[in-house]
Amino acid sequence: MYRYDEFDARFVRDRVTQFRDQVERRIGGDLSEEEFRPLRLMNGLYLQLHAYMLRVAVPYGTMSASQVRQLAHIADTYDKGYGHFTTRQNIQFNWPKLSDVPDILDDLADVEMHAIQTSGNCIRNTTADQWAGVAADELEDPRPYAELVRQWSSLHPEFSFLPRKFKIAVTGAPRDRAAIAFHDIGLRVKKNEAGETGFEVLVGGGMGRTPIIAANVRGWLPKNELLSYLEAIMRVYNLHGRRDNKYKARIKILVHELGAEEFTRQVEAEYANIDQPVVVPPAEELARIADYFSPPGYEELPADDPVYTKHLATDPAFASWNETSVVEHKVPGYAIVNISLKPVGGIPGDATSEQMRTIADLAERYSLNEIRATHEQNLVLPNVRKQDIHDVWLILAECGLASANLGKVTDIISCPGLDYCGLATARSIPVSQAISKRLGAPERQNQIGDMKIKISGCINACGHHHAGHIGILGLEKRGQEFYQITLGGSADENASIGEIVGPGFSGEQVPEAVETIIDTYIGLRNEGETFLEAYRRVGPEPFKEAVYAAH
Amino acid sequence: MPLIKNGELVADRWQRLDDEAALPGDGDVILSLDRLKADRDTIATRSGETGVILPNSAQVEEIEALLPHLSLIALEFPAFTDGRAYSQARQLRTKLGYTGQLRAIGVVLADQAAFMRRVGIDAFETDGRQSLATWKKALHAITLAYQRGYDGDAATREGGRRDAPARART
Repeated sequence: MYRYDEFDARFVRDRVTQFRDQVERRIGGDLSEEEFRPLRLMNGLYLQLHAYMLRVAVPYGTMSASQVRQLAHIADTYDKGYGHFTTRQNIQFNWPKLSDVPDILDDLADVEMHAIQTSGNCIRNTTADQWAGVAADELEDPRPYAELVRQWSSLHPEFSFLPRKFKIAVTGAPRDRAAIAFHDIGLRVKKNEAGETGFEVLVGGGMGRTPIIAANVRGWLPKNELLSYLEAIMRVYNLHGRRDNKYKARIKILVHELGAEEFTRQVEAEYANIDQPVVVPPAEELARIADYFSPPGYEELPADDPVYTKHLATDPAFASWNETSVVEHKVPGYAIVNISLKPVGGIPGDATSEQMRTIADLAERYSLNEIRATHEQNLVLPNVRKQDIHDVWLILAECGLASANLGKVTDIISCPGLDYCGLATARSIPVSQAISKRLGAPERQNQIGDMKIKISGCINACGHHHAGHIGILGLEKRGQEFYQITLGGSADENASIGEIVGPGFSGEQVPEAVETIIDTYIGLRNEGETFLEAYRRVGPEPFKEAVYAAH
Repeated sequence: MPLIKNGELVADRWQRLDDEAALPGDGDVILSLDRLKADRDTIATRSGETGVILPNSAQVEEIEALLPHLSLIALEFPAFTDGRAYSQARQLRTKLGYTGQLRAIGVVLADQAAFMRRVGIDAFETDGRQSLATWKKALHAITLAYQRGYDGDAATREGGRRDAPARART
């Protein structure tokens, strides 16, 4: 894991001091709410429906045990004993008092964390494959580059007042678990014909009211030129991105209006003018960062563990959890253990302070001190020896963290919606809970198989509904909440945008409509065919017929 | 309008010229971009210095050929949140090698001064609402910076300060 040196530590501490001064000026009345707004937003502090909300950055989703323990401490001391993991691998606290926020930021700085640029029209937290560095299919760990981007984008003098927010995601694997095609910039580690490692660069993906899949602007970029190429992209966007309409201000609209070819031409022209030796970090600096991500002290273990194999054979509950939660690791004898934050009927992504402490303890004892947050609002213990998996499961089960539902119908992404968010037009959490309860029986979930349901409480699409196999969008008309259902979206390497199935539903009707869609799929699927595969084969018609015949 | 340079309030010797007014041969004047383009042939013969207000929607290349005759370029910040001129400043300093005064005009707040300095802006026209003390503090609010190759007093990780950036590209 990356560790702060004196430079990073002072940078973050300076920022806390500066914000403490700004908060004091706000509370003392020297700063109006209007003047304070952009200042607090750049430090991750929102004013929501009922209270302030502080969003803490978890760079590329990687955390240590002591960091998670500190998050638990913050939840207990300044909030109501829980936190909410978001679709940007961040965590947010929903009830902090303004006067406490500088202290919270100081507590975060104590464990090398911050809330810089988790909101505002700037470059947001860079996300990555949650299995970076441990996935069996990975070419190279993308996190050193994500860390480089984190540093470079922090208080960037040129790119802190962009037309709109800006999100970068990076993956080192061909299998896309970071939804890179739905990002402003998506980076994929790729080898060129000479076998050198570099990046494929995608630009202009996004969700919101205009979902667009990113265009490929560079088939291969030498990896040491990453920052200069990003600078060129950002400059073209900063100068030419639309500022007349906030719904047309994301880079996706610029790419779309110019056309990918012309946009690429402008980026390349800007890139040709960048003084590479001045902008590019020295090789020693890249090596310094990469060193922190060198593999932790793995033991040499046999690929199979007899204890693990025996438990799988004799304990069906363990075997069924293992089926959804445990994934192949690149090192023999180890596994990636995924933890569902989606108990049936629960709030997606919420974790109590007690759960956070348990996970921190588990990470320390069983996962070489590492924890990951996923953009699907779950957590990961990335380095568990196979012989320990059963013990880990027992401890997870004790604190309600052993739901065997990852990748299943109840593993729902949901934004906070109208229960918290000032932008929301409808509630999302209760809809998610109702679907989860309706379809949550284990045998029912297994019957349905792979399924990604994603729910947003407004057109801004924080719940990624466009990329849901079944997407649900909450809207409001004449004071009434209603929900649009989309089908066939996907955020993986074969990204697609869901298509609206037809007229909307009331909140009460949604679970039934979802179940009708699912039963229709079960009725028409071929042997072994997932919902998404079936949908791509048959199209929307059978689903439309079933859903609207029933109403 | 109060003008801040090098962290001090300074007298402003520049006059903004109305588009309708005759172009004087001497004296230091700031022209609109349209006026500059219209009088492009006469500015070279002036004994006084010439500056221009570059709208933030303009391409810096529009004034590239005239740069040898310009010793001030005013960049517009119509709102706190409109950051186009940061990139214009950067392009003028690096891509086009401009070394004259770069002046921020419009909504120019001390809270953004450190960023402005780092892209090469060296003069700030303010509305006088924030005190000089606030400005002095804000200009040095960022002591460390991750980005390499930008101006300003902030130190990068390598410890380098880039008071004189690589401007003239050959």
